[in-house]
This record gives sequence, structure tokens and C-alpha cells, in this order.
Amino acid sequence: MNEIRFSGYGGQGIIRCGLITGKAVSLFDNKFGTMTQSFGPEARGSACSSQVVISEDRVLYPYITRPEILVSMSQDAYEKYEPELRADGILIYDTDLVRLKPLRAQIKVYGVPSTRFAEEMGNRIFANLVMLGFFTGISQVVSAEAMKKALPGLVPKRFLELNIRAFEKGYDYGIELLAKEKQEAQKEAKPPEKPPLPEAKKTPPRKAKQ
Amino acid sequence: MKPEERVEERNPIEDFLRMDRIPHIWCPGCGIGTVVTSFAEAMKKSELDLDKVAVVSGIGCTGRVAGYVKFDSFHTTHGRAIPFATGLKLANPELKVVVFSGDGDIAGIGGNHFIHAARRNMDILVICVNNFNYAMTGGQVAATTPLTANLSTAPFGNFEYPFNLAYLADACGATYVARWTSLHIRRVTKSIQEALAKRGFSFIEVITPCVTLYARRNRLGDGLNLLKYYYDKSEMKHGADTRTVDIDFQGKIIVGKFVDKDKPTFLECMNTHLQKTLGDKYVPYGVKP
Amino acid sequence: MKPAVRTGSHYITGDVACAEGAIAAGCRFFGAYPITPATEVAEHMAERLPDVGGTFIQMEDEIAAIASILGASWTGVKTMTATSGPGFSLMMENLGLGVCTETPCVIVNVQRTGPSTGLPTQTGQGDMMQARWGSHGDYELIAIAPSSPQDCFYHTILAFNLSEKYRVPVLVMADEIVGHMSEKVVIPDAKEITLVSRPKPKGRKDRFRLYEPGPNGVAPMPAIGEGYNVHVTGLTHDERGYPSMTVEAQEQMMARLKGKIRNNLDDIIHTEEYLMEDADIVIVSYGISVRTGLTAVDEARKLGYKAGLFRLITVWPFPEGRIKALAKKVKAFVVPELNLGQIRREVERCAFGRAPAIGVPHCGGWVHDPDDILKTIKEAAR
Repeated sequence: MNEIRFSGYGGQGIIRCGLITGKAVSLFDNKFGTMTQSFGPEARGSACSSQVVISEDRVLYPYITRPEILVSMSQDAYEKYEPELRADGILIYDTDLVRLKPLRAQIKVYGVPSTRFAEEMGNRIFANLVMLGFFTGISQVVSAEAMKKALPGLVPKRFLELNIRAFEKGYDYGIELLAKEKQEAQKEAKPPEKPPLPEAKKTPPRKAKQ
Repeated sequence: MKPEERVEERNPIEDFLRMDRIPHIWCPGCGIGTVVTSFAEAMKKSELDLDKVAVVSGIGCTGRVAGYVKFDSFHTTHGRAIPFATGLKLANPELKVVVFSGDGDIAGIGGNHFIHAARRNMDILVICVNNFNYAMTGGQVAATTPLTANLSTAPFGNFEYPFNLAYLADACGATYVARWTSLHIRRVTKSIQEALAKRGFSFIEVITPCVTLYARRNRLGDGLNLLKYYYDKSEMKHGADTRTVDIDFQGKIIVGKFVDKDKPTFLECMNTHLQKTLGDKYVPYGVKP
Repeated sequence: MKPAVRTGSHYITGDVACAEGAIAAGCRFFGAYPITPATEVAEHMAERLPDVGGTFIQMEDEIAAIASILGASWTGVKTMTATSGPGFSLMMENLGLGVCTETPCVIVNVQRTGPSTGLPTQTGQGDMMQARWGSHGDYELIAIAPSSPQDCFYHTILAFNLSEKYRVPVLVMADEIVGHMSEKVVIPDAKEITLVSRPKPKGRKDRFRLYEPGPNGVAPMPAIGEGYNVHVTGLTHDERGYPSMTVEAQEQMMARLKGKIRNNLDDIIHTEEYLMEDADIVIVSYGISVRTGLTAVDEARKLGYKAGLFRLITVWPFPEGRIKALAKKVKAFVVPELNLGQIRREVERCAFGRAPAIGVPHCGGWVHDPDDILKTIKEAAR
């Protein structure tokens, strides 16, 4: 089971990220994906998030409890949601919009200038798709094919091509980054010796609010 | 009894009434029956397919009309006749839908529905029998009670400003607005005929005597005295500015056809707009090919 | 026009799935009033109904919304509205009119937390007793509780079918989480969907009696405009539909209103059982709480507890018989619900002291922590 949180500020397409991912795994990767979002009186510009639970079996408990992947596209959202990320989790962030604080030791961090890439492509509105591509490349919890298949209906028809290009840009960047990481790891030629991971809490903490 | 003698005895509007439900519950001297007669007369004269006429009432004395007229008829909840009628009309645009209810039902508890149906120009006819009080419950003050009139919940006289229903209907967009008293039998009939022939939100207010409660409590005499009052004090002014047709206690009653205009109904607006925005793939609703 | 049934796999919310279920079931009139978290049902219907030859109208309030669907239903059209707590309260009087006049219609309540405005954007299951008894007087109706967007699709169709078959308003008691979550919803081929329509009168129009019951206790229902000249009233009425202010008429009418439901319980009540063969601790659950309940059952089984889950798809009428039978053989019932014990009391009533019905109280706003349910299972097993 994978638990993912996409976060940013209202207007960035954060909810869309959850929908596309959920749809991709559910309809094209033959898994189960439950997507929820925080509904509230939050205005554009304030922290917002969407969550996806991905599983080989039917998802019962609908919410994420201790996400192993946190995608952050704003400082506010990063600060709000970083503490709940699993100790062995993956943090994916926009390098221009999020300034990292000292991190817990085992958290893996991957950054992408998604907004800048999108601006270079003509419009920052595609930043979420760059981020989704990057997330797909890095996390490997959903296939790139499925993500691309999930786009029609969730992005405007006339921008479909551009969205796919934005996705691919982020995806390729992610794959390259992973390859580089692998090379460096080989160069150092150290056998990977990670301490055993603390077991994640199985059941969700009681929460009053999302 | 021979059949020809029976014909003599038949009530001329029997065909439009549920005779198995007569006698009705209305008091002697009440004006609701007169309005029903005018309605039946108008139906008789109209060329409508009577199977396609539906009558909807709310609750109250006039709310009982639906139970006596021989059409598909609905006696619904208090104040909700208009939205119920809206559902009937929209789900089957072939129907001619008439709401027949009292002032408390239409302008009191149902006031919100009234103004919105007028705003949308919903294609229904609303006949509002206005007897200035809540009669079914024993004569309480209403949204239409003239200032100073005495009623059981205004035991020292009414000090609330009343609604001028014709003005309200007009201001909200009704395409046909008329007011009569139950003395104006032929005028009421003609108004109903005119309104039935129109498309759009039509509103006919008929001032009627409530002898048992309103008249007695205000020492206005019996039904005849009230009809005399209507005779003396009503003034016909077709096309009158509806802002000027307020009714004071036992004062002048301006009657007539105040508004008669044409504009597209809710369904016409919906069809035109959706055809424009959706193009050929939209099949106009409720329009026979 | 576009096809009414969008056959295929979709990734949609429960609210949208309710709307798609309604369209697939043949709903062609929707009277709306916006309210969180049910607004999306109306939004989707507004978009879809023009495609399929139906009408949508946003009324001036929830009272008008339900009144409009009752009126529309009498023209022979299948009708629906959707709302949440405050709007559901406003609908109560006319829900009674629907029951009394035996008008088929479906009301979706995407529950939020109350009382009053409560937590408008957060989940709850606090309207379950209101669904049963919210309108004044004594009556029977049907309420169904979906647990997922896929359920929302099928259960809305089920709601229409039961409503048409028994001429009674049917409530779909969803909740904010189910309404707002997105999951895969598979919509089958149109011909694989069974649809039921209200019984229509046969025979001579002049001999027709509006409430003369058919074989299953349900009277055939003509449409307005067909020349039956029906009179429909919320007053106590006789079989002709005419008001009758007598004790006998009241008894006869009530017998019919109750009988058509109580005598067809086997057809109306839908439930599901999970790991119930050997269960001695039984979770009784409905709606979103089924999912947290199942999580707890799986955990409990891993720990060796004989836990099972009895799911109410139909919550009203309540499956009294099954609870009574279970009470004789199980150790305890555990009832997690997002209120302080509404259905728990029903379970307790039916168990009649033979097995305790232990609640897992929750004030709403969020779902149960499955650990809390597990804890209650452990306590019950002691």
C-alpha cells in the first residue's frame, strides 16, 4: 500500500494531481486508488492538499495515515505536512518554491524546479504536470503510461499536448536524477547499509482535522 | 324522475366538479365558491383539453378547491403549491397547470415560492383568493390584512403593513396581473380565460368575503354587506400602476387588469439558451417535433 | 441526445456516481438547492440532464426542491433531489407528503456533521434517526447507505427501483467522505441494469380507484394528463384518494402505508455479511463506517478474535429479524457509527438483551480510528 500526499497552495492544481494519480492507478494500472481532498473554506493561495491511497487490494480506510510520499509545491504546505511524513519517506518538492529545513536522517529528498520548467514551456499553469511527471519518475508507484492515459478529461482538451510535454519533462528529469544517483552510489562503491527501518504505525492517529 | 327533468336540476358546472364530494365545507356567504364557479365557467369556455389541466392547492380554506374540481388535482402542503406545480409543468410541459390557493398560502408561508416562480416566468396560472386573514385556523392576521383590521392574533387591530399582491407579482416579473372581487363574476371568468390563453406566469387576485371570521370580528355584517362594500368601493382601472393599488381597511379597491405583457417563459428561455450554447446536439425540451 | 448510461470505467466522486446512477435509472427531473457536500450531485445533474431529454431546475430552497420533485413524479417521470443536514430538515414536511400520497422519488442526503450548521465540509452519520422519523406522524419508508462511489452508482439505481416498486420516497443516506472521495466506478452496459417502473393502472378509467392496492399491497399509479382525474391529498384519504376524516379511514390508510413495506421486507432489505460464519463478535455497520469496520475486523482476525461484520445496505426498514437471530448466537454486537448511538439503540432493541450492543461513539467530522473499533471488539470478547 502506498500513501501519497500532494500539497501546495490553492490554484496550483494540487487536487488535479491527486485525481490524475488516482485515476491512473485505478483505471490503467489495475490497482485500487482512493483519492480524497480537504474541502473547506480555504481560499485560493492558502495551503491545500489532496491524498491518494494506492493498494493492490480494495482500499478500506479511505485516508492516508502516515504518508510515505509527500509532494510539496509551497513553503506553507511543506511546513504543514512534513512532520507527518514517514521516517523513511520520500519528499518531492519544487526547488524554487520550497526552502528545506534540516531533515530527518532517512528521508529521501528530490527536488525539481517545476514552476520554472513550466514557465520556460510558456505557462506556469503546467507546473503541476511537470511535478506529476517528476513524481512518477522518482516514486515508481504508478506507470508513466497510465498517468498519460489518465489526462484526457482531467486537463483541458486544447492543452492536452502541452500537458503531456510538461509531464514528460518532469518525468525525464526524475529518471535522470535517479540514474545520476545510482552512478554516484556505484562510484562511492559502498555497500548500502541502512539501519533497519522503524516500523510505521499501522493504524491512523486520531485527528480532528485534515 | 325523467331524464329531461334531471337536466333542469343539474348544476351548470357539474361537469367540472367532483359531485360525489359536494356539499363543500365553505361557510355560507364565503366567496371561494364564487371563484370556483368562475373558474369552471372559464374552463367550459376554453378550448383546452381538460385531461391536460392540473389544479394544485396548498392548505387553507381555498386549499380545498383542489378537492372539489374534477381535474387531476393536488392538495399539497402549506405554501408549497407553486413549487409542486413547477415540478408538474416542467416534467410535462403539455399540462396547463393552475395553482388555486389562498393569500396565507401563496403570500404568507409560500411567499418565497411566489416571487421566484414570477421571476422565472414559470408558465402557470396562480389564482389567489384573498380574504385578508387565515380563516381555516380561525381568523388570524395575515400578510394581506389591511391596517387596523381586527383579528384573533391582532386583537387590538393590525399594525403591520400589508402586501400589495398585484404590485409584488408585477415587480417580480409576472406577465399577467389582474385583481377582482368575488362580486365581479364575469370579469373573473374573463380574466381566467385570458390568463389560460397566455404563456407565462399569470396572477389573478380575487378579494372575497370571509363572513364567519373577518367580517364578524370587524363588525362588517354578512356576505351581502361585503358584496355591497365591493360594489360601492371598487373602482375599475385597467392598466393601473400596481404601486398605486394598495387596499386600506374598508377603503377603495382598485380592480382591473394591471399587467398583460409577453416574454419568454422559463422553458422557452431554457430551450433557446441551451440551443444557442450546446448547438444541434441539444434536443429542445417539451417541444413536439 | 447522448447515451444515458455511460458504460465503462470512470474515476469519479460518490456525488457524481449518485447522479450517474440516477440517470442510468431513468431519472429525468431533478429539483436542486445547493448545499455542501451534496452540491456536486446537482452540478452533475445540471450538466447531464439536457443530454438525455430531462429537466433540471435549481429551486429557491430545499422545500421547493422536494415539492417540485413530488409534482414532477406525478407526471410519470422518475425524479430526485440531493441535500445535506439543514436542507434535509427543511424537506421533512414534504417527505411526509410523499409518503402519504405514495409518490415515488429519491432523496440523496450526503450527510455532514450537525446539529444546525455543524461542520459543513466534514462527514457525519447523525441523520439516521431523522431519516426514519423526521417527518411528523407514523410511517414507513426506505433508506439505503452507500459506502463507496461504486455503491453510490448501484444504490441510487436500487433506490429508484424500490421507490417505483413500492411507491415510496427512498433516501440514499451517503456522507461527506463517500460523496467527495474519488474511486473507480464501473458502469455496466445499459442492458445489464435492471430497471423497475411504477405499476400502471389497467382497466376502465371510470372505475379506477387511486389507492386500491395491487397484489403486493401497492396501488397502480396513473400519470397526470392521462384522463384519470385523480385527486391527491395529504389529508387522510380513502381508496378513491378522497379526504376522509374518520378513524376507519386513518386505519385503512396506515395499514396500506405500513403493509406495503412490512409485508415485503425480504425484497426491500439488502445486507452483506463478512466473515460471519463463526463470528461471535459482530460489527453492525452502514455507510462509510463499514470500511473502518472491515479494517478492524481484519485486524481482529489477525489477533485471533472471531470478528465478523454485518452490513446494512438497507438501514430502514431495519433488518430486525436478522439481528434477532444473530443475538441468539453471538457474544456481542459492536456498532461503530458517526453519531452517539442511533443505530446502536436499534440493534439493542432487536437483540432484546440476548447480546449487548456496544457502541463506538464518534461525534462526526472524521471517520473512526479502526484501533478504537478494535479496542471495543477486544473488550466485547472479554
